[in-house]
Amino acid sequence: MARSGWFGRRGRAPDTMESVPEGIATKCAACGQILFARDFERNLKVCTRCGHHHRLNARERLALTVDPDTFVETDANLTSADPLGFPEYLEKQQRARANTGLNEAVVTGYAAIEGHRLVIAVADFGFMGGSMGSVVGEKVARAMERGTAERLPVVSFTASGGARMQEGLLALAQMAKTAAAAARLDRAGVPYISVLTDPTTGGVFASYAALGDIVLAEPGAVVGFAGRRVANQEMGGRLPDNFQTSEFQWEHGMVDRIVPRKEMRHTLAYLLGHLSGETSHAR
Amino acid sequence: MPGDFLEFEKDIEELERLIAELENPQRREQARAEGIDLDQRIGQLRLELDQVREKRYRNLNAWEKTLVSRHKARPYTLDYLRLAFDDYIELSGDRLGGNDEAIVGGLARIEGRPVVVIGQQKARDLRERQRRNFGMARAEGFRKALRLAKMAEKFRRPLISFVDTAGAAADLPAEERGVSEAIARNLREFSVLATPVVAVIIGEGGSGGALGMAVADRVLMLEHAIYSVISPEGCAAILWYDKGRAHEAAESLKLTAQCARDLGVVDEVLPEPLGGAHRDPPAMANTLRAALVRQLHALSQAEPGTLVEERYQRLRSAGVWREAESPVSG
Repeated sequence: MARSGWFGRRGRAPDTMESVPEGIATKCAACGQILFARDFERNLKVCTRCGHHHRLNARERLALTVDPDTFVETDANLTSADPLGFPEYLEKQQRARANTGLNEAVVTGYAAIEGHRLVIAVADFGFMGGSMGSVVGEKVARAMERGTAERLPVVSFTASGGARMQEGLLALAQMAKTAAAAARLDRAGVPYISVLTDPTTGGVFASYAALGDIVLAEPGAVVGFAGRRVANQEMGGRLPDNFQTSEFQWEHGMVDRIVPRKEMRHTLAYLLGHLSGETSHAR
Repeated sequence: MPGDFLEFEKDIEELERLIAELENPQRREQARAEGIDLDQRIGQLRLELDQVREKRYRNLNAWEKTLVSRHKARPYTLDYLRLAFDDYIELSGDRLGGNDEAIVGGLARIEGRPVVVIGQQKARDLRERQRRNFGMARAEGFRKALRLAKMAEKFRRPLISFVDTAGAAADLPAEERGVSEAIARNLREFSVLATPVVAVIIGEGGSGGALGMAVADRVLMLEHAIYSVISPEGCAAILWYDKGRAHEAAESLKLTAQCARDLGVVDEVLPEPLGGAHRDPPAMANTLRAALVRQLHALSQAEPGTLVEERYQRLRSAGVWREAESPVSG
């Protein structure tokens, strides 16, 4: 399902460096450049050669987005059931929990960004492709309801293949649930900023991810409705190279700004300052 | 046409062929000359046909229902507008640059009551199918639907939405014009629409493209319609890399009307005529009309504010999860 492996879980060593010990070097998933782990980490997992933004898990994302020691997690105790009795679903959940150390594919809570208090929801693609089932939908809706009730801006980072098919119609219904919660946030006049990261597709892009007052995207992220493969069949292979990327969505008016990772935190703080009505400081 | 038989209807097809043969005028003439009573034989066969059909249709599995829901003679939105409504005038366009014919809509009356109707429209002949993109709407279609929904709200008319699509369009024009955003916006705006909304899944309820027209106070579903997060073929391809296992995926996805009702996503399942809606569209339309009128009557008693609050609670309560008393992990 994944377009490419995400850092830290790639099984094969780079061809040219068969013997590189794990943890010292890694290879850029886009250009193949061998990168020293220390430099790669320091550059926020962005390739120092081609600028490719590698995926981050939820913890990594939070660590480089919110102010230290401000994150207070909510609803960590929600776990998925198996309402359809879908083949292998429980096993997949178990594996995802073991692999990620998370209970589900989104982490939510209170935090601050450069002093701006907010509610944040961060998806983790490593947990069943970041797919949205009942728990993800419920946690996102609760986060938005907290934002509405406490008049705290909401920021979401999405990374998801879409609705979780193992939960069938109940997964589909989460699209409506999160969008309905977004409606209340909207009508209450509370800011909502949606940040699209690699990948944001299907039922997540077609629900709460598309509904931000402001929509930001990381460079080069896959952002689209159905998979490129499906669209390619429909179009007989005539698709632009940047089809279903952040840049494509920006060109077509679906994204306000493409924001490089190292500028994300400050951009969010800046926008939150504006949306919360801060007046500018005299220089 | 009703003559198109599905793969599980072999015995039904055989019986119908036999009856048609016996009803041939030449054959009857010949039989009469020989003193054989064909009418009795035909009567027996018809009885048998009904029994076989009833047995088969009472026990359709999820994959068989998928085939019925896609039957090309199955009534579409415009068929129901003609058969179940007093009148209908079509309105067009999203006022943003497009008119997507995969979605139709306009003003209509049902048993005298003025309403706004929107619906996804498939087609039967090739040219019309292309014009309507096989019922797969792009952003313009969802935006047209929203425009008409807002009109319903403005003039305090109930909104009726017919859902019948394999899914939203996934091609380049759809993506260029923001089909995801259009669906998302519909989900958000329909959730706060201050007028009664009734959605009916009449055929295929395919994923986000269906949901983008199905946020409502009441969701009805025809007995053999399907409603699913992903097509059985798509699910089988992803899970098992084998589209041929679509029938297994259909079972696992619980995409039948009966399952949708058990999951709480659908409120009422409307019984279909024997052999499916396409065997008797006027009868299906009568059932549909009665259900719509009943639902609209009930919903029109409520204040718009109460409706919106109850709709929110309805959307909000969807899903099944476990909630441990204390955090399992921190």
